[in-house]
Amino acid sequence: MSEDDITKPAGSRSEGSVPESAQRILELADDELILGWRNSEWTGIAPFLEEDVAFSSIAQTEIGHARAWYELAARLTGRGRVDADTLAFDRDPDEYRCAPFVEARLVPDWAKTIARHWLYETADAIRIEALQASDDPEVAGLAEKIDREENYHRMHADMWAERLRDEARFRSAVDELWPSALGLLEPGQRDRLCEILSREPVDPVERGEHTEELRPLWEEMTMVRRSVPGASW
Amino acid sequence: MIYEVFRQEREGQPFQHGGSLEAPNLAFAEAYARELYGRRDESFALWIVPRESIEEVLDPYVADVFDRDYRRVDGYSLKVKLKEARELAAKNAAHFPREESSAISDLGPA
Repeated sequence: MSEDDITKPAGSRSEGSVPESAQRILELADDELILGWRNSEWTGIAPFLEEDVAFSSIAQTEIGHARAWYELAARLTGRGRVDADTLAFDRDPDEYRCAPFVEARLVPDWAKTIARHWLYETADAIRIEALQASDDPEVAGLAEKIDREENYHRMHADMWAERLRDEARFRSAVDELWPSALGLLEPGQRDRLCEILSREPVDPVERGEHTEELRPLWEEMTMVRRSVPGASW
Repeated sequence: MIYEVFRQEREGQPFQHGGSLEAPNLAFAEAYARELYGRRDESFALWIVPRESIEEVLDPYVADVFDRDYRRVDGYSLKVKLKEARELAAKNAAHFPREESSAISDLGPA
């Protein structure tokens, strides 16, 4: 697999040149990076100090997980020309494979932020579990390690969902986000999410097209990196 | 609600007050305690207690109205008594030298 293969969007690649597992890993890494980034926008302005620390910490571990997945994806190219930073910051916005679900800036809507956090963690648990059963020991090992940290994210998301479950703003946010939450998962994993959340399946917002919100986020996220191209930091 | 946090730095050590945190309920308090006092592996164990559950004991010093300083641990000079006891023991040992092997028979008949 070449550097181009892994950094170009699915449409511009020659068919079958990228292993299926590498594509899944890049989708996952992009989801974690972009959601981690969005969640980090609450740092300093969360509803109260303790939550500020907790939510910032979750944002940071998501970005840490993205880094670990990018490193693995880079290793899978087998050339050593691509590293985690190249994958995280040197692609064009259209080349990212994150789901539309993670792209929106939700500050200052805390109810919606928690709705997304809770739906994401619940869906993420399903795909992390599937990756733990991967034939590739590196993928399975990393998924297992990440799951240990995700466990704390799930506890945090669940306690908030429990606290806000009768709150109208939270409920309508969950309804609104539900179709794009489904799009996070592979089609075969979606029934499970419906079952866990006791929700009816709907037409999902699929991965592939990006919302208008990704580009401004990308501009900011890659600003420093682009300011001195090729620099060693 | 305010929770007071007590940390045990290492297994077996006494818990010490670490600080406090604000949380809407116990589940949140646990999560925040972990985040604020455990994330860097700085605590072996943590206790959290709602501040309102803590009763303060007022006026902890029970005033000594009468002169009964013998009740206090600093009422005696243990140093002097220990010195006297050591001197006495040394004097007795000099008068009644004993072989080590006789130590058990010194206890008297069974």
